[in-house]
Amino acid sequence: MTEADTLLYLDGVTVSFDGFRALNALSLVLEEGEMRAVIGPNGAGKTTMMDVITGKTRPDTGKVVYQAGTDLTKLDEPAIAALGIGRKFQKPTVFEPHTVWDNLLLALAGDRRPRFSLWAKETRAERGRIEEILETVRLVDQRGRRGGDLSHGQKQWLEIGMLLAQEPRLLLVDEPVAGMTDSETEQTAHLLRDINRTRAVVVVEHDMAFVRALGVKVTVLHEGSVLSEGSIDHVSEDPKVIEVYLGR
Amino acid sequence: MISQRVSTLTIVLVLGGAILLALLNQFTPEASAVHVPAYVIALVGKYLCFAMLALAVDLVWGFGGILPLGHAAFFALGGYAMGMYLMRQIGTRGVYGNAELPDFMVFLGWKDLPWYWHGFEWFPFAALMVVLVPGILALVFGYLAFRSRVTGVYLSIMTQALTYALLLAFFRNDMGFGGNNGLTDFKDVLGFNVQADSTRSGLLVLSALFLCGAFLVARFVVLSRFGKILIAVRDTESRTRFLGYRPESYKLVVWVLSAVIAGIGGALYVPQVGIINPGEFSPANSIEAVIWVAVGGRGTLVGAILGALIVNFGKTWFTSALPELWLFALGALFIGVTLLLPQGVMGLFALRGVKPAVTPAPTISEEEAPV
Repeated sequence: MTEADTLLYLDGVTVSFDGFRALNALSLVLEEGEMRAVIGPNGAGKTTMMDVITGKTRPDTGKVVYQAGTDLTKLDEPAIAALGIGRKFQKPTVFEPHTVWDNLLLALAGDRRPRFSLWAKETRAERGRIEEILETVRLVDQRGRRGGDLSHGQKQWLEIGMLLAQEPRLLLVDEPVAGMTDSETEQTAHLLRDINRTRAVVVVEHDMAFVRALGVKVTVLHEGSVLSEGSIDHVSEDPKVIEVYLGR
Repeated sequence: MISQRVSTLTIVLVLGGAILLALLNQFTPEASAVHVPAYVIALVGKYLCFAMLALAVDLVWGFGGILPLGHAAFFALGGYAMGMYLMRQIGTRGVYGNAELPDFMVFLGWKDLPWYWHGFEWFPFAALMVVLVPGILALVFGYLAFRSRVTGVYLSIMTQALTYALLLAFFRNDMGFGGNNGLTDFKDVLGFNVQADSTRSGLLVLSALFLCGAFLVARFVVLSRFGKILIAVRDTESRTRFLGYRPESYKLVVWVLSAVIAGIGGALYVPQVGIINPGEFSPANSIEAVIWVAVGGRGTLVGAILGALIVNFGKTWFTSALPELWLFALGALFIGVTLLLPQGVMGLFALRGVKPAVTPAPTISEEEAPV
């Protein structure tokens, strides 16, 4: 496979913090419209990988290329977000004083400059889009509640909703089901599969049952590089993976 | 949040109160029981200018999350611009009778007016400078600070350093702003005698008008979509970046607007107190402005105005009754409000159903371990 066919292409990415290599020559290729699960023990570099893709952390060496032509290592977070890469954090981060509705409104794709937002009026198109997303993330009845008053699971969904509102081509989702009940977890798997119909998704997760439920290609990270890649059955039978997960 | 009802009430009280005081001063005989003496007019006018400074502080602190410890610098710069105009109006009525040079320059043996004093004899130019000088300083300072992502206590210390640097600079005689003594002995403003009761009454009403105007502008900004984004930046700055917003440009806009409001407040303050000197740059003034906002209720705008009025009336009473205890009282007030009334006086109203804008900022999750 060449760079040209891919949505996201990481090659030999290395990141060190004070001599500790969080990412060690990591290479990863993601195709347009693909859903990928990334697993790995604590400290494997999952979150750092997200940081590198979204511009929060600059790699020491290596290439990060988006849609074959754009070098993400040269851009900052807002510029990368504008290219269509959305990110959901491990701990749900929504705008707590704002209502669910306003949270989605602020996330909607559109002009991000102060000179626009000072005069912006809610349009019919925006309202329609917000209604749609409220439906998708099952928060229709919660629209008027403050983000800070939602339950943990509802915050997770609101944040996924905000991601959808951005209309990204690629979603990076960090541990979406941490702290969720079983039924919430199942609904989230549904939701992600739904989203994946139109967009590429990378899910970082600890929960093996959830990864199995997603039923997608899995990348196992260990000590900052790829240990194994393939279907969930393939990687869970890989002796290297078994050693890392069970050997310690 | 900042409801229509509360806003209307604020404007009616500020503007109505100022007009009423001015009328009672102008049209009642001095012996009358309802006559308002000139010193009260000057005092209230001064407080309304302080309220503008408080409003400016609340905009950046309550909504932008930037704790400014040097905002009096913008207030003082606006004041100096107005002071320079007033100095140029003195003309030959100065002690030395020099038509061109203010007294302090003659005293220092200067022969020519420094280049930066030219134009200030013309009111529209001076008025423009009242807005531009604080605005441009805020623009440069804010651009550098926000672009470098300086936040929190580091940013607060930098604002404090800014006002302290200006304090030291304006103390120097060769800066050409009257050094230690500042600018004073004003005679008239736009042809009206600054000492006259009628001018003072007019300035009081003008201050009320500008305060209400600044309040309406600030209210428009914080209730707009811009304001919602600003609050989002205040609470979870990095989240807004991943949504594609540039927090630095949002902070910069509100920072410059705030500096301009403070500058206009300073410009109205100077003719009413009759002097502007480097003491106005002192860090203590800026900290006091923060206390006004904390007392009134941060992030409510109305609270800033209320806090400035309450604390300053308190100060006036206290400094005449128990002058040596005022600073202790101010400190105690700040601690007391922080502990007992985290949402200030406006928080008391909130108990009765008016919801304040401020909610405790959530802990920022993504700033945790990098891996």
